[in-house]
Amino acid sequence: MITRAQTLARAAELRARFEAAGAVPVETPILQSAETLLDLYGEEIRARAYVTSDALRGEQMLRPDFTVPVVQMHMADGAEPARYTYSGEVFRRQEHDPDRANEYVQVGYEVFDRANPAASDAEVFALIAQAVAPLNLRAATGDIGLLTAAVRGLKTTTPRKAALLRHIWRPRRFRALLDRFSGRVPLSARREKLLAGDVACDAPLVGKRTQAEIDRRIQTLRDDAKAPPVSAAEVDLLDALLGVRETLPFALEQLRDIAVDLPSISSAVDGISRRAEALAARGVDVENLPFETSFGRTSMEYYDGFVFGFFSPNRADLPALATGGRYDALTRRLGQGAEIPAVGGVLRPGLMLELEAQA
Amino acid sequence: MSVKLGVPSKGRLMEKTFDWFNQRGISLTRTGSEREYAGAVNGVRGVSLVLLSAGEVPRELATGRLHFGVTGTDLVQERLPLWEQQIEPVQELGFGHADLVLAVPKAWIDVDTLDDLDAAATAFRAVHNMRLRIATKYHRLVREHLRHGGVADYALVDSQGATEGTVANETAEAIADITSSGETLRANHLKVLGEEPILRSQATLWRSRVAPVSASDRVVIDGLIAQLTG
Repeated sequence: MITRAQTLARAAELRARFEAAGAVPVETPILQSAETLLDLYGEEIRARAYVTSDALRGEQMLRPDFTVPVVQMHMADGAEPARYTYSGEVFRRQEHDPDRANEYVQVGYEVFDRANPAASDAEVFALIAQAVAPLNLRAATGDIGLLTAAVRGLKTTTPRKAALLRHIWRPRRFRALLDRFSGRVPLSARREKLLAGDVACDAPLVGKRTQAEIDRRIQTLRDDAKAPPVSAAEVDLLDALLGVRETLPFALEQLRDIAVDLPSISSAVDGISRRAEALAARGVDVENLPFETSFGRTSMEYYDGFVFGFFSPNRADLPALATGGRYDALTRRLGQGAEIPAVGGVLRPGLMLELEAQA
Repeated sequence: MSVKLGVPSKGRLMEKTFDWFNQRGISLTRTGSEREYAGAVNGVRGVSLVLLSAGEVPRELATGRLHFGVTGTDLVQERLPLWEQQIEPVQELGFGHADLVLAVPKAWIDVDTLDDLDAAATAFRAVHNMRLRIATKYHRLVREHLRHGGVADYALVDSQGATEGTVANETAEAIADITSSGETLRANHLKVLGEEPILRSQATLWRSRVAPVSASDRVVIDGLIAQLTG
């Protein structure tokens, strides 16, 4: 049994290692504004975060991670470039698996730097990889920017692209939308009638959503019905892209092949290539590093570029021991006009000790 | 120790439950004054009756203070995330039928599915600078249903009663509530989204998987189950 004191001692060691790499140690409050988190993640955060409240401040959440408060702190008064480290408890509600911890210690390293994003990605990944090296974990990497670039480049309407982009992090929904936009699913009889103007309603309109909003949506649906379907060729290319799962050099080869027919991903592929060089320069064995386009699509939705995780190959029941990624868009949303490229990663010292004790 | 059976303490649910047991040769009665929640069991030995709110039955079964209990599927699934590990259904009782449904204003002729609701919610947020609000008391079930359906940009607002009225009062844009006939929805100019309900519920006899059972309790439990389900 790993004691709390052991976990905290390991956390302190890891944090010291990140300080030695140039990070400034920071502390953030445990109670976070529920409003900010709800605005970012929507109602689903309630399934993951503990909510509490008082009569004066209203709803507060026990911090489910450090990234949001660290970004807020940096955007409010951080100098550039900046490197931060922190350690402390995060709290996650568990409704399905009683064996998963609802309170655990995280140690993190975050880089806010405009100079060279590929180098920053490699810096964070290499530091985390070194920290978990003795555990012989399986690494996973991906890049959310690849899929967003592909969607933006589709030859289809702006509303369709916006709908697909909104649901990048909900793979089932993304698939359903793509099936619809590519004409693979026929319109329902009721929808046909609506578009033909044959649906009437005698009930009075109640509530805040106005008749103008309803009319506008019907117009959007009519426009959509007239727009040509996303071509089968483009859907095949997206499928090929989503299916890429290789070691990094082979993945890059496949991505370049796909980019010939899907030029919108070219600059994202170049970025992955630059990152591979930066990783190699940091001593990472890129020849054997896995890359998977779909990796990271079901995690916290703030990552929008590089994503990575480290998993135990023998203990599939354990969650990731380390995770991280790039979250440029989050700095924009929390920055009130300002923005800065940012990338970070977190470790779970408690799980690291648990694995070591087993070995 | 005796085997404890928990039954809703008032209303039609209590009466129908009493009738159901009676038809199987077990008479349940409330004893003492109208306000006293004590009861008696005849027709089977070693069982004692506990009268309590239907909403408390799931928790009492999950903690093992009740061996058997009667309550709705909706309450079990809303309150016990791991209900399958804690309790098991013995018998559906065939009454107390109700569906947990999502309903929107009938005049929203452009919204028939979860897919439509998601699209309407996004547009609503852009226009009103707030998330589309759904009033309910079944937060967990509704949230899981919407997550499964890939709906974003909504917010749940708590409503413990008169939920159908929240839309006209503009404290919510849509609702998720239990309905048996749909009468109240129609009266409030709402319609059910044309898909499967979030949950079909009925009064059900449940058995705790965790309540402590002595050797003599075991005999009583086996006899009771045989008598009720035979």
